[in-house]
Amino acid sequence: MPKITYITHDKQSHTVEIQNGLTVMEGAIQNDIPGIDADCGGGMACATCHVYVKEDWFNKLPKKEDGEEDMLDMAFEPKTNSRLSCQLIVSDELDGLVVDIPSKQT
Amino acid sequence: MIKTDALIIGAGPTGLFTAHQLKLIGLDCEVVDNLDRIGGQCIELYPDKPIYDIPAVPECTGEELTNNLINQLKPFDIKFHLGERVDEVKKDNDNWIVKTNNGKSFSTPNVIIAGGVGSFEPRKFSPKECEKFENKSLFYSVQDKKVFEGKTVSIFGGGDSALDWAVELSKISKVNLIHRRDEFRGAQATLNKVKELNSTGKINLLTKCQLVCVNGSSKIESIDIKNDDGETKNLKTDYVLGFFGLIMQLGPIANWGLNIDKKTIAVDTEKFETNQKGIYAVGDICTYPGKLRLILSGFHEGALAARACFKLARPNEKYRFEFTTTSSNLLKRLGKKE
Repeated sequence: MPKITYITHDKQSHTVEIQNGLTVMEGAIQNDIPGIDADCGGGMACATCHVYVKEDWFNKLPKKEDGEEDMLDMAFEPKTNSRLSCQLIVSDELDGLVVDIPSKQT
Repeated sequence: MIKTDALIIGAGPTGLFTAHQLKLIGLDCEVVDNLDRIGGQCIELYPDKPIYDIPAVPECTGEELTNNLINQLKPFDIKFHLGERVDEVKKDNDNWIVKTNNGKSFSTPNVIIAGGVGSFEPRKFSPKECEKFENKSLFYSVQDKKVFEGKTVSIFGGGDSALDWAVELSKISKVNLIHRRDEFRGAQATLNKVKELNSTGKINLLTKCQLVCVNGSSKIESIDIKNDDGETKNLKTDYVLGFFGLIMQLGPIANWGLNIDKKTIAVDTEKFETNQKGIYAVGDICTYPGKLRLILSGFHEGALAARACFKLARPNEKYRFEFTTTSSNLLKRLGKKE
């Protein structure tokens, strides 16, 4: 299974195996990784599963769909490498992905 | 003090259908919601997005669903208390005393929390010092635009609220409109207007910029903004407005002595009652083994919680299950029969 690394704001690194087909957000929730709220449950309606993707990975990810950038406007401290983790679907191509979790979601 | 058989917290789809079920079985109810309109997440988050998994409704938007639920409540007289947040729930013998932030209080044997994922609050700026200017020279909504007359106002955001207020305030104030990227999610027509006003110097449009800090002692004197290239710029301003949409906060619910885990309330699946007798949780805010966060699940949960309310509201009567197709009692309540 692909391994995804989440780095929380206090620099704790959590690497977990996530089944293909789940989202990076679901992987965080199922593994009790702190800092991802996912209030809307993956509906791209709340911007509380916001993560920063490491530069080298950012360009390899599938492009944002309509609406994700709009939601990111509302995220806490969005940057150019911001993504909503509910929109990142885990696959073998994402094995080794590293995401940073912001200091807070709201 | 308002007396009622059941008080519903939350006017989203689950709260609305729960109200329907309560009235149908002959109980009174009142509904409180922090937002100033009915509909909850359906209206605030996805009024225009189609929903495809409501039974017998192949496709409808959040707004249509809300309107249909409101129509379904037409036979009944239900009092809504909008724009009010429930702050306190306290036990008083067999009743709960419920108080809102507007000072309204209710006495009821049944409190049904249909609060989604909590109450909606405006999303705020991240720099810490913003808090001390809040509601003085920094706002997340406009109450009275006259205060901005002749002043410099810096508006942050890229949605309709930001664009609309930029256009509106440009008539009486000096406006900076600041947004984190080039694209705006607000209406194209308003955006065109903003761009036109920018070219004539009525609005100072700054994109790919974000707020770094707010400067001033008792009131805001200037702000620092930073662009994507890391360059910082100081802007003189009297007021700052932030329009970043709404965020859901569990809020005061956390203090009511309920079993809360990950912003959800544990309930049983017979009555959808919490660990407190007479307090129920239905819809997205409740959790139990197998819970699905679907609107249809909320309808089921509300229907069962309503039956549980009957027992506490009418301790000396027996609840009898009836169908709307055949029961003259129900048809009378629905106004279909004299």
